[in-house]
Formats: sequence, structure tokens, C-alpha cells
Amino acid sequence: MTEEMIIAGFGGQGVLSMGKILAYSGIMEDKEVTWFPSYGPEMRGGTANVTVIVSDTRISSPVLQEYDTAIILNQQSMDKFEKAVKPGGVLLYDPNGIVHPPTRTDINIFRVEATKASVEMGNPKVFNMIVFGSYLKVRPILSPDNVEKGLAKSLPERYHKLIPLNLEAMQKGREIVEEVHVV
Amino acid sequence: MGEIKLMKGNEVLAEAAIRCGCDGYFGYPITPQSEVMETLMVREPWKETGMVVLQAESEVASINMVYGAAATGKKVMTSSSSPGISLMAEGISYLAGAELPCLLVNVQRGGPGLGTIQPSQADYFQAVKGGGHGDYKLIVLAPSSVQEMNDFVDLGFELAFKYRNPAMILADGAIGQMMEKVELADYKPRWTKEEVAEKNGDWATTGKPASRKKNVITSLEMASNDMEVRNINLQAKYRKMEEEDVRYEAIQCDDAEFILVAFGTAARVCQKAVEVAREKGLKVGLLRPVTLFPFPKKIIKELARKTAGFLSVEMSAGQMVEDIKLAVYDAGSNARVDHFGRMGGIIPTPTEVVEALEDKFSWELSYGVKRSY
Amino acid sequence: MELKEVTKTEGTMDIQDILKPENLVYQKTKLLTDTPMHYCPGCSHGVVHKILAELIDEMGIQERSVGVAPVGCAVFAYNYIDIDWQEAAHGRAPAVATGIARVNPDAFVFTYQGDGDLASIGAAEIMHACNRGENILVVFINNGIYGMTGGQMAPTTLEGMVTATTPYGRNTDLNGYPMRITNLIAQLPGTSYVTRQAVHTAGGVRKCKRALKKAIQNVLDKKGTSFVEVVSTCNSGWKLSPVAANKWMEENMIPYYPLGDMKDSVKGEHSEN
Repeated sequence: MTEEMIIAGFGGQGVLSMGKILAYSGIMEDKEVTWFPSYGPEMRGGTANVTVIVSDTRISSPVLQEYDTAIILNQQSMDKFEKAVKPGGVLLYDPNGIVHPPTRTDINIFRVEATKASVEMGNPKVFNMIVFGSYLKVRPILSPDNVEKGLAKSLPERYHKLIPLNLEAMQKGREIVEEVHVV
Repeated sequence: MGEIKLMKGNEVLAEAAIRCGCDGYFGYPITPQSEVMETLMVREPWKETGMVVLQAESEVASINMVYGAAATGKKVMTSSSSPGISLMAEGISYLAGAELPCLLVNVQRGGPGLGTIQPSQADYFQAVKGGGHGDYKLIVLAPSSVQEMNDFVDLGFELAFKYRNPAMILADGAIGQMMEKVELADYKPRWTKEEVAEKNGDWATTGKPASRKKNVITSLEMASNDMEVRNINLQAKYRKMEEEDVRYEAIQCDDAEFILVAFGTAARVCQKAVEVAREKGLKVGLLRPVTLFPFPKKIIKELARKTAGFLSVEMSAGQMVEDIKLAVYDAGSNARVDHFGRMGGIIPTPTEVVEALEDKFSWELSYGVKRSY
Repeated sequence: MELKEVTKTEGTMDIQDILKPENLVYQKTKLLTDTPMHYCPGCSHGVVHKILAELIDEMGIQERSVGVAPVGCAVFAYNYIDIDWQEAAHGRAPAVATGIARVNPDAFVFTYQGDGDLASIGAAEIMHACNRGENILVVFINNGIYGMTGGQMAPTTLEGMVTATTPYGRNTDLNGYPMRITNLIAQLPGTSYVTRQAVHTAGGVRKCKRALKKAIQNVLDKKGTSFVEVVSTCNSGWKLSPVAANKWMEENMIPYYPLGDMKDSVKGEHSEN
């Protein structure tokens, strides 16, 4: 199993930390992982993206041209990465702020209204965990147990009291993810 | 098994330094490697192992602090990124001239000038050909994973003390910023005062006891004859490195008609490119130099006798390609050597590499590779 | 050679009597090596070296001492004092000393620097080492000129003073002003003892030795950086005889660089000067 994915959106949406939780969950399942962020001034409010690779075998290139999965959280990223999803791959997006929704017909497209749901939950910070829950619903590559362990590993001790809230957000994501187009 | 963690290359450098018994780190912030000192300052190793960490006023100062501390026979290091390493060039030349062991890290970014903070490999010449003034060499290790960022800290110190020579880890912004699964080393205690005296007491400035002559660390000789002798001895040391400490990794080279040569991040890209090329039916292998100096000439000479061509893939305009050409020329081989690179902070993709290979070796691919190499 | 029996005259001593320890009036400290010094006759370096060697011996700190030699005339300081030494690049001695002292907190580390080395190319390093309050001694030889490279202008060259690169005299419009860097150093809270001395008279030598002793003791007591400027002559560079150079220094250098303590406190306190 090798999952090559990109998570792309605005800085501050929790793109990098979502990738980190995924990578840590992979380690909990004894897999090889690589987490490669865009870095630099763009981290500060501009677009941010991270490539995450989870694999049973040694990972070669941390830089990719096409992805098994793309999680897309703003229009700029949609413009850049919709075309980079491998045929038959997965595109998951939040429609908030998306002017041109994806149009490809050779990939599987899912939609999650995570921005809206996070506001309803009264905590916009759990936005990324809602998206993450949706991702694991449509790509169940890791066991929920290991994801919970990965979450604990990637959060500093002092934030462990927030784990139940995060798990709740992930559950929300699983529930509200919608199928747009399936190959 | 050691402790398994998910860490950035830069963070791992700091952790590995603490664990391998490093005595001191002197640095100055610069992107994309600032996490090294930041991690050290959070860890406060002076409370745990006694390791000293100091933010200097400039790279010029930090390399000279390394020069001073290294002279006392202890394990000390600095890290920086390309423009900072340029500022350190003077001090590095003094370290090499005075034959002091230490560990230097360059997490490269794109140049020239202020350039970009994105990853690059354009400091290859600076690292392996000297960089500062005079005839000297550094031991240069090129990690291509976060795990190797960890492993090469200890290895770098080991080689530095074996040869009394500065060793450099030549990484790049991608390896520094990337997180991967890493198995951390176990803690090694710092050398005690007695151990330092026993290992390095014959040259280090440990303070002069009555029992020995004074130790003087200098690279100065007023008489040309004496200075030439120093140079001859340095060159002999560099030849010994070439004999004993070349490291490389050869992937699917046995039946390869074309060999990609790449180090660091570019080698990771090329590993994937080999997979893509093999799927297309191209017999492609990868030679990954781990030591850039001493350069793996011998294996390149051997491969040159059974290979149609080498493609040096670098995140630069083509620097290592010159060393490959020299080795192929030494082998008296007709194998063709070409280069493919991206510059300015761009990492080539595996597909680009395969396309470049097909383009640059289109003649061999069309008319066959049965030539007298 | 045949030795002749010399008959002693009443009231005189032969050489063996004179050499008896109880008749000893002066002896070179054993920490000063037998290497002949390369300094010009009349130069202040030799005197300052001797004071340092005597103090390291008298204070019993040879085994803890590491000297950092500069680029300049004192580049070969390591040939003359019998302790461990390191040769620094031009201006970098305070950074080198920082490195040594930080990983060897029990060592007595000092730099020995000239005015070009300390106040020009190494201005950043000296400021920051003093500002951090490194536990080191800085010996600063100020003779207003680059001695080793052939008498060029230094930051401390006096206005109107002729040097190889100010052949018509230092012009402040062109070259700026003579720099009283020690006064700046005294402002830094990292320093504990900052003083300006001279060794052109016997009294000056005694005072300078007392100052250096206090400075070394401060370092051993970890009070922060101690900084001792010695206003010096460079008769070769100044193109004067040793005696005339001493006179010129007294009449021109010392009025601009007045002698005395500028700061005597502990690390962390700002000077009132």
C-alpha cells in the first residue's frame, strides 16, 4: 500500500497539522511516512500545502507530480491540484470559497462542508479534523485506533484534554461527507 | 530499536547532536535551518548533558567560536544555510588549515546572492572543492532522508576526529523541512576531561600541564618550505580519505544501461524516476554518492565500463557532473555524461527526470547502446 | 681552555658568589620562553608579554590558560609565553575565545589584539563578546597604526597623523575620527573592569601589571569581561626613535586616550561614564 497525497489550502486552516496527524498515525501502523510542506513566507497567511506519503515500503521521492488523493481547501489550490489527481484517485474539498467546483469525471470527488460544520460546533479550530474524518471515511487506509494514537502523539501533552473534541469533529466529518462523483 | 519519532530533518539534527555527546553548538538564524537552534534552545541540553548552545552575533562569529572550541579537543558544531556558509568560508579554511575536527551543516537554499529560501544543491562546488582560500578539503556527507540527518551527525564527528578535519553535512531545505519517521540514536555521554586529554591531549589546547610542551593551534608558517610540508601532509590525508572512507549506494545498477547519479533530495526523486523508467522498459539504475568528498570515483569508473551513459541529476546548473566526467575520463570510457537540473529552489519531479533521460540519450535509445564503452 | 686560579681580593666577589640565589635581583619569569622576540626595539609588545607571563606564573594558572593570538605584530605571541595558544583570523579572537571559554568554563582565556584587529575588522566580535559578558580577558594594544602590514591607518590613528594610507595626515572628512573604542566597551553591561594603561615608564609598567592582575582575577572569579587597553608606541611605524616615540606618545596619544580606569564593577551594571 502506498498513499501519495496533497493537502492544500490557506495557512491557518490546519493543513500542515492535519498532515502531521496522518503521518503519525501511519507510524503507529508501522508504515513509512514522509511529510513535506511548502515553506517560507507563504506560510504566513498565504497558501500552504503539504505532501504526505504513507507506504508499506521505503519511500522514494518526497516531491510528486500526481497524487492518489488531493484534499483541497481553497480556490487557488483547486486550480493547481485538481488536474494533479491520478485517474481513479480521490479529490476531497470544502465548498466554502470555491467558485469553480471540480469538473473532472475520471476521478472520485467528495465534498465536506467542514467550515459550516465547525461553526455549528462552535469551534472553527476543529475545521481540519472534520476534513480529516471525511478523508478517513472515503480512504480508510488506517485503523481508527492508530489514528487516535497518532493524534495523541502529534499533540503536546498540554493539549491532550482536547482529544475528545477532535475525535468528535472527526466523527462529524465521517457523517457529513457527500459523494459528488464516483468513477 | 531506538525511539521512533516523526521529526523534521532540522529538528533531528539538534536531537542527534545532544544524543551523540556533542559539547557545543554555535549558530546564527537563517532560513531554512533555523529549527536546529530553536530545537536546541527548547531542549536546553546544558541542563541534561552539559552541551553548550550559543546564538552568535553572525555566522562569522559562530564559525570562529567553533574554531576556538574545536581546538580544545571537544565535539562542537554549527549549522547554517548557503549565504551563511559563504560568510563562514574564512573560518572553515582556518579549521581545515589548523586540522581541527568539527561538524558543519549546510541546509542549502537557492542562490546566488540572497537567492531564495527554497531547496537547492548549488553549493556542491563550495562544499567539495574547498569554498574558502587555499588547498583544502572537507569530508562531505549528503543525507537523502531524515534518518540520515540523524545518522550523519555521529558519523560526521567520527570521521572528523579520525582525520582531524572538518566534516560537513550537505543537506538542503527539503531534507531540513521534511518530516519522516526516524529512529533516534541512544544517548552517548560527552567525553570527560580525562577522555579529551587522552584522545586529543597531544594537540588540543586543554591547558598546558608541566608534563608536556605547549600546544599551539595555528595554520601559519612563515617559511614556504614548512608551509609546503603542511600542504603535502594535508593532501596525503585527503588521499587516505579517498582510500578508506568513500560511501555510496548503488540501486539497480547491475544491469543498467543508463545510470542516474544524484545525491540528497535529488537522489530521492531519482529513485522514483528509476521505478518509472523501468516500468517503461528502460534499464536505468541510480548511483547515490553518500560522501561527496571523498567522491566515489572507483565505482563510477567500474560502471563506466559497462554503461552507455550517466545522467547527473542535480538541483543546480550542473556541478557534480564535472566530477563524474573526470572519473569517466580516468576510466578511458566512451560512456557519455550529461546533466539535468532545476535551479532557483525547484525540485525536479521524477517524470521530468525520465523525460530528460529520454531526451538527452535519444541517440542511444534510437540506435541501440551497443557501443564500445 | 685553561682555568686560572684567581686570587680573591678582600671585599670583592667572584662570579660564582654573584650567582648565588640570595644575590638575585631580577630573573626572567620561566613562562617567558627563550625564543628571541621579533618585535622592534622600543616596542611595547615585549613589556606587555612579560607582564602577562609573570602574572600567569605568579597566579599559578599556567595549566588553565589559553591565549588567543591575533593577526598583527603579535601574531607570534604563541612563541613567547609557555602556555597553550590558538592563532585567530584577523579580528576574530573574541569569538574564538568565546568558543574556548564556553566549552571549558574553568579555563582562563584571553585575547591579545591590536587596534586594527580589535577596533576595525573585529569591531563586531569584540562588541558582542563584551556585551555577552564572556569570562575572558581582552588585552588591547593601541598604537594608532597597523604595524605588521607596514604602517597603514588604524581606527585609532590620530587626526593629522601620517601613515602609509594617510600620507598627508588623517583627514576626518575622508577617514572619520580616531575611535575611543574602550570608552564604548565600558558602556556595555557585560564588562566588569575596563581600564586604559601605558608601559612607557617604570611606573606605568607597575600600574599596568596591577591592572592586569585585577583583570585576570575578575575572569577567574567569573565577573564578566575584563578589558585592558595599553596605549603603545610603534616607533618603526611612526618613524621615530624609541625615546622620541615615547615622548610623542605622551604628548599626542595620551591626551586623546587618557589613562585610568573607566569601569570597575560587576557584570550586569551599566557604567556611569
